[in-house]
Amino acid sequence: MKQETLIPKIGVVTDIRIDTPDVKTFRVVGLDGKKVFEHMPGQCAMLSIPGVGEGMFSITSSPTNTEFMEFSIKKCGCLTSWLHMMEVGQQVTIRGPYGNAFPVTTDFQGKDLLFIAGGIGLAPLRSVINYCRDKKDEFGSLHIIYGSRSKDDLVDYQEILDEWMTDDNVRVDLTIDREQEGWDGHVGFIPNFVKELKPDLNRTVLICGPPIMIKFTLDGLKELGFSEEQVYTTMELRMKCGIGKCGRCNIGDKYVCKDGPVFRFDALSELPNEY
Amino acid sequence: MKKVSRSSLDACFAAIAASQKLYLPVADGEKKRGAKYAPWFEGAVYSTAVNTVRSAKDFFFPQVEKMTRFKMDGKQIEVEDIRKENEDFVIFGVRACDAASFAILDSVYLSDPVDSFYQNRREHGLIMTMACGKPTETCFCSVFGIDAAEPAGDISCWMTEDTVYMQANTEKGEALLASLPMLEDAADDAAEETKAAIRQVLDKLPLKDLSTDAFGGDKLMKLFDSDKWNSLSEACLACGTCTFVCPTCQCYDIRDYDTGHGIERFRCWDSCMYSDFTLCAHGNTRTTQMQRFRQRFMHKLVYYPSNNNGTFGCVGCGRCLKSCPISMNIVKVMKTLGEGNE
Ligand SMILES: Cc1cc2nc3c(=O)[nH]c(=O)nc-3n(C[C@H](O)[C@H](O)[C@H](O)COP(=O)(O)OP(=O)(O)OC[C@H]3O[C@@H](n4cnc5c(N)ncnc54)[C@H](O)[C@@H]3O)c2cc1C
Ligand code: SF4
Ligand code: SF4
Ligand code: FES
Repeated sequence: MKQETLIPKIGVVTDIRIDTPDVKTFRVVGLDGKKVFEHMPGQCAMLSIPGVGEGMFSITSSPTNTEFMEFSIKKCGCLTSWLHMMEVGQQVTIRGPYGNAFPVTTDFQGKDLLFIAGGIGLAPLRSVINYCRDKKDEFGSLHIIYGSRSKDDLVDYQEILDEWMTDDNVRVDLTIDREQEGWDGHVGFIPNFVKELKPDLNRTVLICGPPIMIKFTLDGLKELGFSEEQVYTTMELRMKCGIGKCGRCNIGDKYVCKDGPVFRFDALSELPNEY
Repeated sequence: MKKVSRSSLDACFAAIAASQKLYLPVADGEKKRGAKYAPWFEGAVYSTAVNTVRSAKDFFFPQVEKMTRFKMDGKQIEVEDIRKENEDFVIFGVRACDAASFAILDSVYLSDPVDSFYQNRREHGLIMTMACGKPTETCFCSVFGIDAAEPAGDISCWMTEDTVYMQANTEKGEALLASLPMLEDAADDAAEETKAAIRQVLDKLPLKDLSTDAFGGDKLMKLFDSDKWNSLSEACLACGTCTFVCPTCQCYDIRDYDTGHGIERFRCWDSCMYSDFTLCAHGNTRTTQMQRFRQRFMHKLVYYPSNNNGTFGCVGCGRCLKSCPISMNIVKVMKTLGEGNE
């Protein structure tokens, strides 16, 4: 019988990191101990516990990681609650990789990049950030603006402190929504923070986060003088098949699972505002 | 071209059914609602009704289909590939519209990555189409360039008072016709008179002048933003009937079922008319029935053509005209949106 992408492979959870009260990061390998498949930054995979459900998740690890894949998963329903109860050694089913990717081998080459993430929205961007850090020669400098509700809700906080902030080529600006004890960094919402920081206008921008944050941040960027052609984002719509056939995830004539999830804003603004 | 007398048609069916499964339209119960496809049996009466109530898509994209089985044991999962090579089968009596719908389903399911479940059925199915002697007033296939007098398929058939003419269009069709001893040779133009008669009927159909000018991929934003969607969709019950009877509606859901000794994953038809179709972690991208209604018709008339070189996603079979409980349908949508919009 021919290969069938809808029939999943087995993944084994080899490590679980507690990121925040509702986000955990899972390390996954195949039964042979190797990566289940290769991917490019921005692509996703369908994870499932048979009988519980199947869901689409960004592959948050970089393709330059040759040993395993990682997923940062926010607890918000049936499947994700189950995944949060898992222990090391649990098997899951996995299929993919699905979707397009950020144009890291083409349009991003040689560019200075600006990453703007809110909450769990860091998951897809982390893959790009670590890819660019591992392939320094191919990219300019990286500027990361990341915010969450509170200090405890910052995903990948330890990695940000230990690896990104100590990297000469990377600038990181963090913010949280409200004052909190033990936090002497910036306080305030991301869109305003971006306007205050006035990032370089020559940067190519990647935004990911809740829809409302994306909307206001984009407005702010335009006010600063950024054009839609400079800004990329990833979309999140309900998905079942992941391959443009079940008919579920379209925005106009584009299927987010196949033609996305990465879109440049000028392309997105030509589509019906149904997302 | 081959021919067989209508009195020998049953013998022809029996000969086909001796080597493989044969499906054909038969009368649907006593209520005479129309026809349905059934496996051939001794004494089965071929129904010449136009058309079957349900489309022929079931043969390749069944309403429910098992995909995978899982065995769960503690932390371990075993994936069982339960696909089997399909058996060969023949569908007799498919109408031109449904035959055209297969090309539309193909463009979705056979494009990369190929859907092997669909492909398996498709490769093993042989389609014998029947030209429409009596198209009905809900038929408008010609609007989409489909010729009911010249249906596609592996074998095309034409029926007269006393004879059935059969023309093979593929090698597969050729081989089947060659295996039927009751067929006689006929002149290549033997069905021309029948075709001409059919075209005369087609030319008088009430919907034949329906215009597609206002539709297509390049009209996307204009049609999406039209304020006519509100009144068009106002009475829609969200029952989904139009999507289930439609030969080109292709959406599906994937679900798991606990059998007691394992988990079975299956897929089943789904409908963009349902409110939970796009329900998602951060809300719902289509919260009103207007948006869901608009999706169905935009897909057929704009999104699909945009991705498929202008081919429309409707084949004019008229099923949604006959079955909608509130008498809303794609023809009314096209007429209303088309007005002053060409
Ligand atoms: C391209 C893409 C990338 C994603 N990346 C991530 C990620 O990196 N990390 C992460 O935590 N989440 C991610 N998500 C969201 C994730 O898929 C859903 O949160 C998850 O499927 C919810 O499953 P559940 O069974 O726990 O929720 P359910 O119990 O099914 O329901 C909880 C809520 O989630 C909705 N939901 C169910 N299935 C989906 C689905 N497939 N997509 C969106 N919403 C759904 C339900 O309608 C409901 O509103 C991504 C989604 C997409 C489409
Ligand atoms: S939209 Fe209506 S007329 Fe067109 S193919 Fe579907 S059921 Fe037939
Ligand atoms: S059949 Fe009619 S009422 Fe039912 S969902 Fe379709 S348009 Fe709405
Ligand atoms: S998830 Fe099936 S079409 Fe995108």
